Amino acid sequence: MRLQTRATPSSCGNSLSLGQIHGGTIAADFEGITFVIHINLSRLLAAAALCLALSSHAIQVVDDRGVTVTLAAVPQRIVSVLPSLTETVCALGQCQRLVGVDRNSNWPDSVKLLPQVGGGLDLNVESIVALRPDVVLMAASSRLAERLEALGLKVVVCEPKTHKDVQRVIATLGRLLNVPDAQKVWLAIDANMQAAARSLPQSVRGKRVYFEVNSGPYGAGESSFIGETLTRLGVINILPGTLGPFPKINPEFVVRANPDVIMVGARGFEGMTDRPGWSNIRAIREDGVCVFALDQSDVLVRPGPRMAEAAIIMAKCLVDKAHGAKKS
Amino acid sequence: MEMAAASRRASALALSLLLSSMVLVLLGVCIGSTGFGNLLNDLFSAAPGSPERAMAEQIVWNIRLPRTMGAWAAGALLGLAGALAQGLFRNPLADPYLLGSATGAALAVALALALMGGAAGMVGGSAVKAVVISVVSTHWLVRFGLTGAAFFGAILGVLLTLALARGVQHTLRLLLAGVVVGVVLGAATSLVLVFSPDSLQAMQAFLLGSTSFVGWAACLLMLAILPMCAVAAWSLSRTLDGLSLGEATAASLGLPLVPLRAALIAILALATGTAVAQTGLIAFVGLAAPHLVRSVVRVTHGQLMLLASLTGGVLLSSADLLARWLIAPQELPVGVLTAVLGGSYLLWLMHRSGNTLSGRVI
Repeated sequence: MRLQTRATPSSCGNSLSLGQIHGGTIAADFEGITFVIHINLSRLLAAAALCLALSSHAIQVVDDRGVTVTLAAVPQRIVSVLPSLTETVCALGQCQRLVGVDRNSNWPDSVKLLPQVGGGLDLNVESIVALRPDVVLMAASSRLAERLEALGLKVVVCEPKTHKDVQRVIATLGRLLNVPDAQKVWLAIDANMQAAARSLPQSVRGKRVYFEVNSGPYGAGESSFIGETLTRLGVINILPGTLGPFPKINPEFVVRANPDVIMVGARGFEGMTDRPGWSNIRAIREDGVCVFALDQSDVLVRPGPRMAEAAIIMAKCLVDKAHGAKKS
Repeated sequence: MEMAAASRRASALALSLLLSSMVLVLLGVCIGSTGFGNLLNDLFSAAPGSPERAMAEQIVWNIRLPRTMGAWAAGALLGLAGALAQGLFRNPLADPYLLGSATGAALAVALALALMGGAAGMVGGSAVKAVVISVVSTHWLVRFGLTGAAFFGAILGVLLTLALARGVQHTLRLLLAGVVVGVVLGAATSLVLVFSPDSLQAMQAFLLGSTSFVGWAACLLMLAILPMCAVAAWSLSRTLDGLSLGEATAASLGLPLVPLRAALIAILALATGTAVAQTGLIAFVGLAAPHLVRSVVRVTHGQLMLLASLTGGVLLSSADLLARWLIAPQELPVGVLTAVLGGSYLLWLMHRSGNTLSGRVI
């Protein structure tokens, strides 16, 4: 994490002075070797240009609204009001630049100590402004962005909804925070997800799964990021992509689809077995329901850097339930 | 002569409503998550014990039938309550939720959801909630369930209104108290939701109303309460007829207004509370059903309540059908459809009858 502090203006100053000394030494000791000096000078110029770009030159990112946001310098004070964006900032090793988060941001542990600026319906403009952020990271669909921009704050809107979006948001925030190897974060997520998929025994593949996000009932369809993870794990989602990412479905549909495994949060599981006809669903009859604790649910429902962890949780559920079904 | 004609029209209306109820129940059994999926063939012709037959039995018997009949019963309770409220307050804008039952139920459900969330180990953020959780053991709450919470919330909302209005003597004071209780409890509900954002979606389902999870228990409960309320309301309907002449006239006719009103409010609260507990706050049925009846036929309050009840049943069960049919296997919120169906029909009636008659419709 600390590695990233190289990008701050003060360290830029250090590298600049080192370059000067180095170039000067060469020029003094080896007269006439203009070639070497030239190289060093160009390095020096490059370093200077880089530092200008980092510390004083504008940083430009195009956010998910399509708005080009220009910042005079790399932002040092960040307020994030979406848990998945908070997590992304920290995964990029820039946790120390967060100065405020929303009420639901609770990972990693260090962000729990930060000032909270409300959450969901009651984000507090005043407390955000009071934190003097260089940039505010938030989801679309909030009137807050307009208000904050009118007050002269910079706002970057990111709306991660799919795996691709998560990759893009990591890249955008990497550019914004000047983290050169941001893509490594995504590659690690991708590799861990792949590993979770490979860890599954053959018996689990092709299991039919229903993932309920809310007792409406709203389920996670194939086109949602949860659905994409399920697909990567090699199981079949009973909700086809044509229904959209999180459709509100007729409960009868689940009874007819008769899934082998149901994944649901602890709150959603309340009363699930009492729903009309549900006691006969295979997953409920044969102990195929994974009930996730709340901290696990947080991991599962946030399209952010912990998606690989989510894939591992789902994979463990699938293995456990396949094992249970074999025994019975 | 005119009385006889009106009475004939009322009977004809009752008969057609009953017939459409039956047709709707039949359709309700045939429409499900795959759109119009007739499972009756499977049900009657597949070999006994075959998986097709088991699945068909399960879906028709355990899901579609109780859901359809439950939607009808909830609509009937709301229609009855609506006619009762409009008669009691002599106000065509009165609806079953007027006396604080809806907001009482909503607050109770929001609290229950927040507390259950606490039980599941929800992230806090508010010291208040932590205290509440440690004081109240949530175990009983989970078993008691949202249904119970909604029912008792509705009853408590009405009792609060009655307390504020200092009894049932004054119609205006009752109305005003109902509105005030509605606003205050509504604000309290929003406050609870701010501190438990995880309940927002579940709460939205309750506020829009839903017939998705009506099973036999819910259906039979409503079907048992409905005739009780209908008979009680019908037997007290003379009071409403008297009241429609004005309170002074009614009193001079020798009607014991206070106890009769209290009884009518009890019926109103029971009918509304039962429906709300099982299906959430379904909009517009209670308001529209009596108007729809009055637009077709002139009736006494006794007839109005029975006809409005049937109309409410037809309205809600057709809304339920459309909710699961239009974008199957997805569902529309049933409350949206009741407003669209009932509202547009009412508008059409007003338009058709023109300015001179619109006074009678509304």
